[in-house]
Parts: sequence; C-alpha cells; structure tokens
Amino acid sequence: MTGSLRFRSRANREINKDSFIQEWPETGLVLFNSPADPKPRIRIQGGRIVELDGRPEAEFDILDRFIARRAIDVAIAEESMATDSLAIARMLVDIAVPRASVVRIIGGLTPAKIMEVVNCLNVVEMMMALQKMRARSTPSNQAHVTNKKENPALLAADAAEAVERGFAELETTVGVARYAPFNAMAILIGSQTGRGCALTQCAVEEALGLRLAFLGLTTYAETLSVYGTEQAFHDGDDTPWSKAFLASAYASRGVKVRFTSGTGSEALMGHAEGKSMIYLEARCLLAIKGAGSQGVQNGSISCIALPESLPGGVRGVLAENLIAAMLDLELASGNDAMASHSDIRKASKLMLQFLPGTDFIFSGYSSMPREDNLFGGGNFDAEDLDDYGVLQRDMLVDGGLRPVREAETLAVRRRAAQAIQAVFRELGLPPITDAEVEAAVIARASVDMPDRDVVSDLDAATEFLRRGLGGVDVIRALARQGFRDIAEKILAIQKLRVSGDYLQTSAVVLPDARVQSAVNDPNDYRGPGTGYHLDAARYAEICDIPQALDPRTVGKVDQAPGQIALEESGPAARGTDASEIVIAIGPAFGCALTATLLGLPHGKVLGAMMNGIRQEGMRPRVVKIYATSDCGFVGHAGAQLSGSGIAIGIQSKGTTVIHRRDLEPLNNLELFPQAPNLTLESYRVIGRNAAKYAKRESVLPVPVQIDNMARLKYIVRTTILHLRETEQVDPDRPPQEIAVHLPQTGEGAEHA
Amino acid sequence: MPEYPLSEKIPERLRTPSGLAFESITLETVLDGKVSMEDLRVTSDALEMQAQVAETAGRPQLAENLRRAAELVNIPEDRILEIYQALRPGRGGRQALLELAEDLEKRYHATRCSALVREAAGEY
Repeated sequence: MTGSLRFRSRANREINKDSFIQEWPETGLVLFNSPADPKPRIRIQGGRIVELDGRPEAEFDILDRFIARRAIDVAIAEESMATDSLAIARMLVDIAVPRASVVRIIGGLTPAKIMEVVNCLNVVEMMMALQKMRARSTPSNQAHVTNKKENPALLAADAAEAVERGFAELETTVGVARYAPFNAMAILIGSQTGRGCALTQCAVEEALGLRLAFLGLTTYAETLSVYGTEQAFHDGDDTPWSKAFLASAYASRGVKVRFTSGTGSEALMGHAEGKSMIYLEARCLLAIKGAGSQGVQNGSISCIALPESLPGGVRGVLAENLIAAMLDLELASGNDAMASHSDIRKASKLMLQFLPGTDFIFSGYSSMPREDNLFGGGNFDAEDLDDYGVLQRDMLVDGGLRPVREAETLAVRRRAAQAIQAVFRELGLPPITDAEVEAAVIARASVDMPDRDVVSDLDAATEFLRRGLGGVDVIRALARQGFRDIAEKILAIQKLRVSGDYLQTSAVVLPDARVQSAVNDPNDYRGPGTGYHLDAARYAEICDIPQALDPRTVGKVDQAPGQIALEESGPAARGTDASEIVIAIGPAFGCALTATLLGLPHGKVLGAMMNGIRQEGMRPRVVKIYATSDCGFVGHAGAQLSGSGIAIGIQSKGTTVIHRRDLEPLNNLELFPQAPNLTLESYRVIGRNAAKYAKRESVLPVPVQIDNMARLKYIVRTTILHLRETEQVDPDRPPQEIAVHLPQTGEGAEHA
Repeated sequence: MPEYPLSEKIPERLRTPSGLAFESITLETVLDGKVSMEDLRVTSDALEMQAQVAETAGRPQLAENLRRAAELVNIPEDRILEIYQALRPGRGGRQALLELAEDLEKRYHATRCSALVREAAGEY
C-alpha cells in the first residue's frame, strides 16, 4: 500500500506538530468530571462549614480548610448549594439577571458545584457569561517585555512602544535573577515615556519581587501562584496562608497584586490526585478569593498545551476564565504561552477571550519577537501586532490595543532609550552607549543589539539593590538629566500608591493618571444596548490602522499621465473592412485612468494588442465606448462596429474580452477576468488571437495563470478603479473613433 | 463609603506616612528631598478607606486583605519578609508561628495578621 498523498501532505501541517492524547482521569488528565471528583455538597453547623464536597472537617486538607474558612459565603451557601446547577448556569447567560445577583449566589458555592455549573454551558454561552461577568466594563491588555540579552535600552524602548500601543500593564522577568532591579527599572522608565501610566511588574522569586515593589521599582505583582492540591501547593513552596500574607504585604505598600493559577499544573507536577483540572482550578480560585486577592491570571498559563492536548481543552480553559469572573475576581485571561503550532488554532482559541473581553485579554502579549520572550511564551508576539489590529477592526471589538505609526513609535523608543541611558549615567551604572540607544530604537530583536559587559552589569545591579536605590532615585535622576516629563509620570503613578486606589478590583491607570477599576467602571452588561461599547473616539482609533488607505486616493497616485494621446475624431461608424479588428476601450481609458490594475501603462497595453493584430496581417482600429463601463458590453459594442465582427473589449483596469458581433453581450470568445495575471505579452497574444478569430483560424486560447489570491489581493483596487471608470460613463454618447499616438518607447509601442 | 477613587475625589483627606499632604507630592518636593520613597506609600487610614470601598462593592475578602495590609503598614520590610518566610512550608514550624502571631498582636497590634498566622500554625 502506498498511502494517500493528501494524508502525507496534511501530516506536515503545523497542527500535527501539536500533541493530542485521550483522557486519563486517574492522573488528572481530564478537564471535567473525573471519577475521583467529589459530588457537590456542603454542611454548615453554627455558621461554620463542617463538610465540604463530601469531606468532613476532620479530613480537610489545607485548601479545604482555607476555602471553608475564608472563601465561601456561609450566609448564602445553603441557598446557593440547593439551587440547581443548570438554573445557576442559566442565570449566568440570562440578561434579566444582574451580574451582582449572580455573584452573590456564586459566593456560596463549593468547588465541585462550581465545576458542575460551568459544565452546563457550551463555549458560546461561556463567552456570553464572560461578557456579562467580567469585573471591569472596559477591556484591557497586558504585555510581556523581555529580551534574551537583558539589554536595558531595548527593554526601555520596548516598554515605551508597548504602552504607546495601549497595553495597560507590562510584565518583565529575568534570565539571570540578579538583573531584576535593572529590568524592573528599564520597563518602569519605558512605560512612562510617551503616553504613560501603565503599571509594571518584574516576575521573580517572591521575596525579591516584594523587595522590588517596596523600592518602588514595580507597581504590581502577579507571581503569587496557587495550586489545587496540597502537595502541589507545597512543591510550589507556599501555603494558602503564606500567599494571603504576601498579598497583604504588597497591599501594605500600595502595590497591586494578582494571583496566578491554571489548569494542568497539578497534573504536570504529578499531584492531581486523580481530580479533574476544572475541579482543581475551582479550588485554586476559591483559595485566591479567600486570600483576599483582587484578581487572578489564569487560563492554564504556562501549562496551556497540556489541557489543549485533551478533548474539550480549549473549552475548559475558557471555563476556568469564567469561574474567575464569576467569583468577582479581576481576570487576566492567559493567552501568554505557546498554545499551538497552528495559526488557525491559536487565533481560534484567542477568540474565546477576545470576543467577550476580559480585564486583561492576554496576561502577557509578547510585545517583542518570541525569540526574546524569557517567559517561554509569545503565543502572539510583535510579529502578530498588525494581525491583532485588524482583528479589532474586523469585529469592532476592543482588544485593548491601538494602532500606531512608525514615526511616532521610533520617537518614543528613542526617548525611552535615551532616558535610561541618562539614568544609568546619573546613577553611575555601566554606561549605555549612543550606539546601543540607536540600535534599541530600530531593533527587531536583541540580536540587533550590541553586547554589553554582563559581569559589570550584574555587579552593578547587585550593588544597586544593596544601596536600596528605588523609584524616587530614578525620578530624581531623570529630572536632573532633563527628562522631567518621564519623571513626572513615574511620580504620578507612585503617588497613587499613597491612595491605594489601584488596590481595588481590576484597576488600571489611564494615561491621565486616573485609576479605572471595577469600582468606578463596573461591568453593567444587561444585554444588547448595555455594557461596554466603543465610543466614537475609540471606534475611530481602532479603525484607523496604518495599512488602511483612503479609497479616494487609490489608483490616483500611480496613474502617470502623458504616456498616451488619444484623439477623438467623432462618432464611430460600422466598419466595412473585413481585416479590421476593433479594440474597444472603456470610458476612462487613457484619460481619467492611464494604467491597469497592476500599473501597466495604457499606451503599452494598447500597443501590445495592436502589434499582435498586425502580426497576423490584420488592422487594428480603436474606438472608445462611453455608454458602459462593463467589460462584456464594451466588447460587444466594439464588435458591432468591427468590419470583421471581432473586437477586443478592454476596461481601464485591464480586464479584457474577445467578442464577436453575433454573440450575446455577456457571452464571449475569450474572457480574461483576472487583469493582474495579464502581462504585455498576454495582451499581444490577445491581439493575435482576435485576428485569428477574424481569419476563422483554429485558435489556442491565451494561456492564463490561475492565481487563487488575485481576487483577495486586488478586489479593493478593482472596485475603486471600476468606480473611476463608471464615473466616466455617458449613456447618451455614442462610440467615438480614436486616433492613437503612442510614444516610441517600450515594448509594443508604436503609432497607429 | 468614601468616594472613589480617593486620589481624585478626596485627595485632601490623603496623607503620606510621614504626614505630608497628598497634594504636596510634586516633582519639586521630590527633587528638593522633602519627599522620599518612604512617603510614596499607602497609610493605614487610606487602606481602611479602601477596605470600606471594597466592602461596599461586595468584596469582603478583599476588604479583609486590605485591613490586614493596614496592620502591616508600620512593620519594617525585613520583618515582613521574615514572617512570610516563616509561613512557607516546612520553615518555622508550629511553635515559631505561634510566637510570630503573638509578636504581631502584642508589638504591632496586628490582630488580623496574627489570626492568619495562628490559622497557619494550626496546619502543623
């Protein structure tokens, strides 16, 4: 057996580089409903939960105990648990039930019940629910900013560009841990260059992370990881209580915190205890709520390829996002780690968060090429930014980003790189050269950056931390070096720490340094006509992608005049010469338009066709049709005038037909509808064939390339050029006899 | 409930830990050394107001966290890091945690944090 060539071809597709497995519930490799998952159940005595999902208090593990004491609303738990799961699922999508009512009921649910509720929903219902249940009304987005060389100038420039593009939070991390203060400082400076006011963080070990925040080098933290089983939690070197304390510690300095969880981590660590991923994630999220976190990043995060290998994996990841929103937590919804080799699959998965909108659609969009992503992520990266802008515009969905122009981007990158150069100089750190600054402005990735002296940088970073330099030192250095605007912005965002305003759920800081959170921008979605909508300014911003041309100018700029002179000599009469082949040109040909769709000058096109006709010993005659711009009718009108009965009809955009007098207008001898595939040689052969038809010879039709993408590529230009031609139509004007004066240059050109 | 955002609606009620008025934090006061990093921190009063905001918004756990944070405002950073380390698995042990809880309550009047640490000690 030889096998199918199509199967072999498909086997090489990107999708088949992804891993797929069947469910294996005993190890936790299942999204919902593992046999080991408990049944939903709660028992309350004297205001205390004494049984949780079938486990009596005496057998509680640390998560059970923490959740029972701190997460579940005992006041409503019995009522919530007595409500049918399907009924709660319907409330989630029912626009008549306000979000707050649903949140209240969800507050009394156990992990097993939460899983049961979300499992009643299909993905579209989950998206509807997410649209309604996310905490903040306005969606936003977070970027990753890292690079392999940990170059501070490039970090600052990338951070500045990311904020310019609309990211509300920036997250960096380190390859070598000792770089942490420099990386944190670089994105702090970059983030406040230009538009400004994004929050920034540096993902490092918890104790170091806390220190950076205390020093004012970061303004939020996100690395507080939670796991759904006791053993996995211990392997993560924390307990729910240590995490809860850490959350309070950050808040005590006015630093925003969100936790991290996600399906698959327990199975990956070998500690799923045979429980399903969503059941365990429900436990994580309740623990996070119990710890008093305002929010969470989930959506499997770095484990994403594991749930995606399983049936219903992508649905499950959406379900875990939804649970976070149902629990009234800020949701940064993943999409931050490589989820597939296939662009189709990646984009499809993204839609589940992108369309409903979340507080942060990505918990790390790779704002640089993924080769520089130290998170090992980059499911969407810098190369995909134009795609993302188009997706927003296509669907009129606010994905949190804004299109930018190259010039403004280069300017803000340069300013950020110069600012960190100046701060390094002011603080006596290893110099950043002008060459580095310039490289950072235009770099695609860190390979475009000069190497730095790593040893000196690491020594200086260690010393920087030892001296306890922080946000205020950066502000002073910037101001002294002439970067007062950036200093002001960093101060504005640090000043907000005094108020604690960005400790509230789903808080971001807008470019004018105002805090926007679920408190002052609550999601009030109640069905069509309610909730978040694009206002006129945001609509215009999303639509104004740099690739979009002004249709009024399309086809005008590249229409060079003066290449052809067409002289009208009165109405054209029916010819009598049997050797005559009419070339009937459209009403804009050679005047309002002077080149075809692909820019072939009309003079050359006309010359090539005339040459082809003459080569067969026939005589070309040119007439101009004013009554129509349709190719078939132009050709048909020409054929009526042709002494031989044969005519070539050509529109200004280059679409051509060979017509014969006795044919119906929309019939033809040969039609060349894809003008982009026609070369001057094609036009010559079209002339030749027309002549051969007139001589009643057997004719081999002109070979035409098939280009499946031609319509896709050219339909807009085609439409606009055709509009131009149609503008020239004069229904009352008869066909005109044309004398052609062609310049004596180029292929096929000559005097008629 | 205090009007939110505090920084926009009631800035006159905000102070830095050293007692400076919120609105006196400017680039000039930072540059002439009147404002230091120590001033760019939240106070327990502001955290209590934020806790009330969270409570009113139906977020009792977040409010509790903000009130624990209010208790930690005056605890030095190194001490906070020590407590955090002790709470991590297999570090301090039950007795050490109980002593920490005691210290939090007696020395810092941090009753909520103390209760949290006691709860953690119960897991040993």
